[in-house]
Amino acid sequence: MSVPRFWRELDTRYNLIGSYCKLTKTYHYPRRTFDPDAGRESIGTMEDYQFKGTGEIINCTVVHQAQTGYEIFGPYCMAIIKLDEGPKLTSQIVDCEPNTIKPGMKVKAVFRKLGEDSESGILHYGTKFILREIPQVEDENENLSNIEL
Amino acid sequence: MRDVSIIGIGITKFGELWDKSLRQLGLETGLSAINDSGITSKDIDALYIGNMAAGSTLQQEHISALMADYCGLTNNHVPATRVEAASASGGLALRQAYMAIAGGFIDIAVVGGAEKMTDVSDSESSYTVSMGSDEQWESKAGATFASLHAIIAQSHINEYGTTREEMSAVSSKNHYHASMNPMAQFPFKVSSEAVSNSGIVSSPLRMLDCAPNSDGAAAVVLCASDRASNYTKKAIKIIGSGQASDTLSLHHRKYLNRMPAIGVAAQRAFESCGKKPTDLDVIEIHDNFTISEIIALEEIGIFKRGEAGAKILEGETKIGGRIPVNTSGGLKARGHAPGATGIAQIVEIVQQLRGEAGERQVKNAKIGMAENHGGTAATAVVHILEAE
Repeated sequence: MSVPRFWRELDTRYNLIGSYCKLTKTYHYPRRTFDPDAGRESIGTMEDYQFKGTGEIINCTVVHQAQTGYEIFGPYCMAIIKLDEGPKLTSQIVDCEPNTIKPGMKVKAVFRKLGEDSESGILHYGTKFILREIPQVEDENENLSNIEL
Repeated sequence: MRDVSIIGIGITKFGELWDKSLRQLGLETGLSAINDSGITSKDIDALYIGNMAAGSTLQQEHISALMADYCGLTNNHVPATRVEAASASGGLALRQAYMAIAGGFIDIAVVGGAEKMTDVSDSESSYTVSMGSDEQWESKAGATFASLHAIIAQSHINEYGTTREEMSAVSSKNHYHASMNPMAQFPFKVSSEAVSNSGIVSSPLRMLDCAPNSDGAAAVVLCASDRASNYTKKAIKIIGSGQASDTLSLHHRKYLNRMPAIGVAAQRAFESCGKKPTDLDVIEIHDNFTISEIIALEEIGIFKRGEAGAKILEGETKIGGRIPVNTSGGLKARGHAPGATGIAQIVEIVQQLRGEAGERQVKNAKIGMAENHGGTAATAVVHILEAE
């Protein structure tokens, strides 16, 4: 992706900046010039809003054939997330066992590398999501630590 | 508004056609459609081309002029227009020509769809296909085109209890139909078990749930119906046409397990001709993934929401069943060359309505529908055809 194309979305991507429509009292991500439900009347009533970054998984999949640039993640979880303020977005869920992710789980935004243009090109950073509570997984090593040496 | 008929059809085999260029495919299929129609090149008022991705896959834009040139239409300076709406490019090109003739601007148009997907690597062609969704906020975030449909499928499973067997039945049925279509990319049967046991692409979708990225081309000749008899005795009338849009991103929709643009486009097509779902004898559906065929049949109103999978499993959409779907083999088994797919569907319906579908002929087929969509159904185009 070209530098300007990424650069002009920086605050949206880094800081989860979207729009709040004062007319319909609804939130939008990414930024919108007007609220599709209110039409032209909402032009000028939209203000920037930084999302809290907390939300819930609506649905998800474990991607085995990775998107270009995501090959290093191996099987990874892609989810559609509903932010607490209302709007939905698509994101990778990181720092988790992809198979354990289910609809309804609570997530929060984290700042991560999204990709790079090439080895010498610019790096792309942005928002991904992690679970707010890590599900209890039985730890196989736990038993080992109890063994007296 | 004037009536519009299809008076000629042509199609290439779909597949990995490494020995053929985009222009060869376009010329080949255009010539066969013109030969089939009985017109000469002097009769052509306009050319419409459906093509999604030549810029990405071949570094060639301006496909309209390229096709006019290589089809020998530049001596007469025939106007040529390229139409792009991801995988709905073909169906949408047909609709532009239909409207131009119905509106009285022109009398005869050739509509072609052509695509080369295998001149680039698998990962490049897959990324190209995902440009039909929101590159900025879906693809770049890590979502493959298959993963978006996997989320759609999972949502349908959670809501309606759709099963693995039902999705496998779609793919297996389409392969069975393709085994009778010599132009199909995969003209052989595949068992439902083989689909269920194929490798996982993006859970719950497996390899044999997904249509291939193919090379191929198809073309039709459209003519004002009152002039069709000058050229042919086997004209097929376009009685209904409908188109609809939706949000480009899947995540901006209210329901993840629906494709409302398909339902609206179908409704508009039905309204334009006063027909209803039970009037249809044969349907081509845009089964880029098995789940898409299930949802599209529910959106069009062939089955109630949540019931299509079970009906497909019972064989209702097989040739010989109540309402045969994707007699060509569909995108899954005939192949999916994005810009050509929408036209290939029309070619299949015309063959069925003419009674020229050979082994895969649906008995007494009089009215047929083609449903073509782009991205996660952000554009949907539906046409209804009737034998005269």
